[in-house]
Amino acid sequence: MGSLLSQLGLECGRKEVKEEERHLRANDREFNLSYEYADNAIKTSKYNIFTFLPLNLFEQFQRLANAYFLFLLCLQLIPEISSLSWFTTVVPLVLVLSMTMAKDGSDDINRHRCDRQVNNRKVEVLIDGELRSEKWMDVQVGDIIKLENNQFVTADLLLLSSSEPLNLIYIETAELDGETNLKVKQALTVTGELEDCIEKLANFNGEVRCEPPNNRLDKFTGTLTLKGEMYSLDNERVLLRGCTLRNTQWCFGLVVFGGPDTKLMQNCGKTTLKRTSIDRLMNVLVLSIFGFLAVMCLILAVGNGIWEYQEGSKFAAFLPKQEGVNAPFSAFLTFWSYVIILNTVVPISLYVSVEIIRLGNSFYIDWDRKMYYPKSDTPAEARTTTLNEELGQIKYIFSDKTGTLTQNIMTFNKCSINGKSYGELLDFSGQRVEINEKTEKVDFSWNNLADPKFCFHDHSLVEVVREGNPEVQAFFRLLALCHTVMPEEKKEGELYYQAQSPDEGALVTAARNFGFVFRSRTPESITVVEMGELVTYELLAVLDFNNVRKRMSVIVRSPEGKLTLYCKGADTIIFERLNPSCSKLKEVTTEHLNEYAGDGLRTLALAYKDIDPKYMEEWKLRHHEASTAMDEREEKLDALYEEIEKGLLLLGSTAVEDKLQDGVPQTIEQLSKADIKIWVLTGDKQETAENIGYSCNMLREEMTEVFIVSANTAEEVRKELQTARRKMRPDGPEEPTVTKSRSGLFCLLKTETVADEPVDGEYAMVINGHSLAFALEKDMEMELLRTACMCQTVICCRVTPLQKAQVVELVKKYKQAITLAIGDGANDVSMIKAAHIGVGISGQEGMQAVLSSDFSFAQFRYLQRLLLVHGRWSYLRMCKFLRYFFYKNFTFTFVHFWYGFFCGFSAQTVYDEWFITLYNLVYTALPVLALSLFDQDVNDRWSFQYPKLYAPGQLNQYFSKRAFVYTVLHSGYSSLVLFFIPWAAMYDTVRDDGKDIVDYQSFALLAQTCLLIAVSIQLGLDTHYWTSVNQFFLWGSLCVYFAVIFTMYSNGMFLIFTSSFPFIGTARNSLNQPNVWLTMLLTSILCVLPVVAYRFLRILLWPTVNDKVRYKVRQDKVLPPAPRRVQARRTSTRRSGYAFSHAQGYGDLVTSGRFLRWTPKSRPALFSQTDSPLAQTQPQFYRTINEGGEPPLSP
Amino acid sequence: MMASNYNAKEEDGHQPAAIGHGGAGTVKNKKPDNTAFKQQRLPAWQPILTAGTVLPAFFVIGLIFIPIGIGLFVTSNNIKELEVTSQLIVPCYNCSQSYSWNSTKPCTCSVPFSLDQPFESNVFMYYGLSNFYQNHRRYVKSRDDSQLNGDKASLKSPSKECEPYRTSDEKPIAPCGAIANSLFNDTLELYYIDPNGSRTAIPLVKKGIAWWTDKHVKFRNPGGNDNLTVVFQGTSKPVNWRKSVYELDPSDPDNNGFINEDFIVWMRTAALPTFRKLYRIIHKKPNMTPTLPLGRYILEVTYNYPVRSFEGRKRMILSTISWMGGKNPFLGIAYITVGSVCFFLGIVLLIIHHKYGNRNHSADIRS
Repeated sequence: MGSLLSQLGLECGRKEVKEEERHLRANDREFNLSYEYADNAIKTSKYNIFTFLPLNLFEQFQRLANAYFLFLLCLQLIPEISSLSWFTTVVPLVLVLSMTMAKDGSDDINRHRCDRQVNNRKVEVLIDGELRSEKWMDVQVGDIIKLENNQFVTADLLLLSSSEPLNLIYIETAELDGETNLKVKQALTVTGELEDCIEKLANFNGEVRCEPPNNRLDKFTGTLTLKGEMYSLDNERVLLRGCTLRNTQWCFGLVVFGGPDTKLMQNCGKTTLKRTSIDRLMNVLVLSIFGFLAVMCLILAVGNGIWEYQEGSKFAAFLPKQEGVNAPFSAFLTFWSYVIILNTVVPISLYVSVEIIRLGNSFYIDWDRKMYYPKSDTPAEARTTTLNEELGQIKYIFSDKTGTLTQNIMTFNKCSINGKSYGELLDFSGQRVEINEKTEKVDFSWNNLADPKFCFHDHSLVEVVREGNPEVQAFFRLLALCHTVMPEEKKEGELYYQAQSPDEGALVTAARNFGFVFRSRTPESITVVEMGELVTYELLAVLDFNNVRKRMSVIVRSPEGKLTLYCKGADTIIFERLNPSCSKLKEVTTEHLNEYAGDGLRTLALAYKDIDPKYMEEWKLRHHEASTAMDEREEKLDALYEEIEKGLLLLGSTAVEDKLQDGVPQTIEQLSKADIKIWVLTGDKQETAENIGYSCNMLREEMTEVFIVSANTAEEVRKELQTARRKMRPDGPEEPTVTKSRSGLFCLLKTETVADEPVDGEYAMVINGHSLAFALEKDMEMELLRTACMCQTVICCRVTPLQKAQVVELVKKYKQAITLAIGDGANDVSMIKAAHIGVGISGQEGMQAVLSSDFSFAQFRYLQRLLLVHGRWSYLRMCKFLRYFFYKNFTFTFVHFWYGFFCGFSAQTVYDEWFITLYNLVYTALPVLALSLFDQDVNDRWSFQYPKLYAPGQLNQYFSKRAFVYTVLHSGYSSLVLFFIPWAAMYDTVRDDGKDIVDYQSFALLAQTCLLIAVSIQLGLDTHYWTSVNQFFLWGSLCVYFAVIFTMYSNGMFLIFTSSFPFIGTARNSLNQPNVWLTMLLTSILCVLPVVAYRFLRILLWPTVNDKVRYKVRQDKVLPPAPRRVQARRTSTRRSGYAFSHAQGYGDLVTSGRFLRWTPKSRPALFSQTDSPLAQTQPQFYRTINEGGEPPLSP
Repeated sequence: MMASNYNAKEEDGHQPAAIGHGGAGTVKNKKPDNTAFKQQRLPAWQPILTAGTVLPAFFVIGLIFIPIGIGLFVTSNNIKELEVTSQLIVPCYNCSQSYSWNSTKPCTCSVPFSLDQPFESNVFMYYGLSNFYQNHRRYVKSRDDSQLNGDKASLKSPSKECEPYRTSDEKPIAPCGAIANSLFNDTLELYYIDPNGSRTAIPLVKKGIAWWTDKHVKFRNPGGNDNLTVVFQGTSKPVNWRKSVYELDPSDPDNNGFINEDFIVWMRTAALPTFRKLYRIIHKKPNMTPTLPLGRYILEVTYNYPVRSFEGRKRMILSTISWMGGKNPFLGIAYITVGSVCFFLGIVLLIIHHKYGNRNHSADIRS
């Protein structure tokens, strides 16, 4: 409701007219202002100093409970109705309102601070012919701004000119899409000519017409009109807010979209207030309680009507009727009087207590040392404090891959050269030694060009290289030559490789460290420092990688004139093309490859071949012919490549580790044991994603089948999905079983739930973005959902941020299960926001994900602690709290109901008014808080030991409508005991000195004391974890109760405030009576006895996992062994293919040198394809850029 | 299972933290404190319901409750109580039918009854009313405690709660309110009929029937006890009363005005519509003779209080008391019942436990 209000607030200030086209003119603020485009200031805060009080109060009173209490307060002002003093309502209400207000206020102050910080960043803006440093928020649409290296892009800009040749700039888009590799953007030549000439820029008056603000990161269409000529604009000319300028001294840009209109902000979506399912359930319950309350009041009101009619008129001699009040009217008044009295069924303190409990449990997350990552000094953080208990109910986890499961670091780990495997440490007995941080690293100091960050542990390899072993040298030479990496040497000897995929970088870096340093390249040559010697190879051809070939080769001529083809690629592909003489080596290498694959490494096979110069010349001619062929160019080239890549000689293989984050496979195993389904949604290629799937245990060799859905048309996708489903469940129904139900307040929400379908065996599904785009269409989503939910593991690759959110929404919509999304990059923001709970991995470069997440921590593995320990406990505590809270208040209230039958339905309270005021605030507040802050069924280690303990949360077992009904029945029983036992015990009796004991005041005291003792004992029964705080609060509260009644009923209080404390002497006179105490004992025992017996029987006959574990803990009396981390050795025979995660591209360029001859006019053809609907659904990977804008190579 | 507590050592803080210990003034890191509270490792007692605790508890409760119940029951049974319902007797029935608030002449009647056993020790005489809703909300609040406490301002202008018995003839009513207005004003006298037919009046003590706190703290006459007539000047008597508040017991200034004990007892409103209130005490005689020997008695009722209109019932009760108060067998029976049920439940649970108990706990838990 709060968000609704803020939306209204926002909408009011904005024009309702929808923008259809954006039209702006550079350097012409007046012209642009006429369109009233949003400026660059962003605002996420809700209130300002003046609106805070009214807005906040308004928001708070929108809350059902608060409004209800305001209403009660009004009722109490009517003397005919008022059955309680005003303070019984005002005190709690004021307390609650002020606490919430304080919290909201401090939250908003933080938001203000954040906004101010961003809005006040400085940027250079061209105003009136000079550059001025301005705040971000003062930047207007149409301004020209200057950005410098490593600066954040201020707004969405049209790139005008840059410091680099060809008007290129490099940007990092980590904040936007999570990809860390640099991307290239290029300005139009016509604007590029402006360079950094301020005068020219100031006179620049181009007009831009473009699409209205939208959230498509990968698309931009518009035109620039300059001096009467039109130029078309596309995504490549646009710099988006959130990117960072890299490797570029400066650039100028024209602001197209500012502030809320930027694609970044448009993508952020509106922050919807997340509510937990318990919250929603609570609202429903509160509403039904209102209904229940109305029914109770109605019964009592009717009773009152009858009483007034039958008895009241006769009793009028003693108690005259109020003027003008007849029986029906009296019943009407009584109805409202009882509404006031029975208001405690919806206690206002419920919401406050819930908030406090959540806050407390959030603090536990912040404080947890086991979720603190020392390396980056980041503790876990609960950024939203209102979702804790939902952490204990997660059914689906959606995870990003890069940066979340993996560290996005590739390391050269092992290699097999000429039949010998390197990279493994063996001790004297030949056993493998586990490599950890303390293991001694190989010293590369002999090589002054070595990368200091590279580490390797096997000394023998270095020795072999330095000895000059020809195979080993050839191996590394191949790695140094056969790739498409771009080097950058800023200072002499300080090499940086700009690789399209991290694995390629890892291989070239390995070669560099072992003495084969790739130094520089030109289109025709590659310069390598081989063991300290500068060697330049002539590059004759690059036979580039693609998905079908799964290999790449280069043909080089050494300074000695020897022609060699170097080839690296997927082992299966290479092995097919080997010279028969290598068969022995092939066998050994295969063995090694199996071993590497078993360790989850990505492998490549390396081979080479010497080429006859004559053949080469002839081949080159044909190659030229083929590459200029008009038709079937691809096929012709492929055939040529196939022809020359034959009869290769095997060199060996490499094993690169896509470093998983620590503990990922174990965490995933744990989570799947807890019945949590994990879906990986990644922008990566299918091969990469599959590979990671295997290495982190999500895909397993022993799975019955792994379905791969990668089709190009809707029909094919549907067919593949159906086939998969039928395979998993041959006898299953064709139509999904959908349960339609209504939920939410007033049952307005229609929900459809697709039932879980059981399958035999374990299945997994891999689906690519292409197919996903079709599958997410309205008519197919059900098919996708059914098939996917039958699988243990689902991996979606090549998905866009939007699709990530769509997948999450799909599951949310039809499964009615609690979802969690975890990711680290800005591309995960949408899904983090869409899921019930969003978790951000902090400590990585981009903070976008963390900022929009609900919880954040540094390592994926902390997720298991967050869910299995904190989540489970939070859920347990919240449910216990709610059950107990409703119990104690219902019991409290029902006693009034029973008393109604004995006091002429006159809305007379059973208890002292002060007791009614203080019952929830003082006497029972702290013990129940202690219960819900400290309780744990079993400690964290056992929680890990038995992940099954997590299941009750997923099934909503601890608190549901059913549990609520049980609670109500339980309190019904308790209240019967608590009223009728004192009633019967006190009937017509007297004190031990013959004086009165059944007077109203003594009876009230007896009833309230019985009640307090009974609910305290019940609390004790519910508490599983008795810390000293629990004890202190429980006993303390009882003591406080007795202290308070003796004080309030004392002579002093009566004499000072005569009318407020009429209960003088009641405590003294009745608490010294043995039968009063005997009555209390009896009521307590009677309240507790059936509960104990029932619970004991349940544990005995139908024990839950929880009971069993608790029993076991008690039996063993020891902690479970702290499990050791065991490196899971898979016995898998599956080998990863050529799993480079890059797109085809560089290779072509490297040889052609086309970028040098390139002119803008020749380009349009390249872009025609990007506008097909299919391409639009593809992730944003800047393929087109590679072809046009290659950085110039240093000679 | 193996993944739990991964790197527990490193991140749990068992290892001495390298940072912060080395030298003074080192960088303060964000590592959370290692306190039992923050790490949720507070030492705790974790009871669970096992056969070893539940079954003995049931038996013990059973074993304790049954004797207590028997004791209570016997005590209650030993209390002698006699109830006389006056309406049942013809003269009083006539009174009850004819009498109303407006009657000027009191109606008197006598009710004969007999005791079949002597009452030893002190005997308490109660009047009981049935169907009288002294606990009705509007009735309960219709009083002014400040006035009753002797506050002179309230005497002159009673609280609004007293309406419609706040003022009469433009004069404030003292004591105001519906409770005071409906004060029980029958006079009961008890006579013993000697076997020879002569009537002996039994001495009834009218003091010591109210709570000490009520008599001495809660109720006070305005301006102390001196000349109540003057003090109450300018006030009006409650409408239903025959005499003013300062005429309730003119013989004893310590029992007159607001501190009249009959009045105080009435003002302590009952919790339930059927109640009894202490009227008089018959003190034990110093010699060995019983307080009330067995034989015939006559209760003389001066009928002032109409109850017919609300179908109420008037009773006179004579009762001895015990350490647990008046006669009420409920507690005793309840204790015996609960004790037996406990014991029985204990046996049932024991049988169930023997039959099924071991099966479940030995079953392995899937981890």
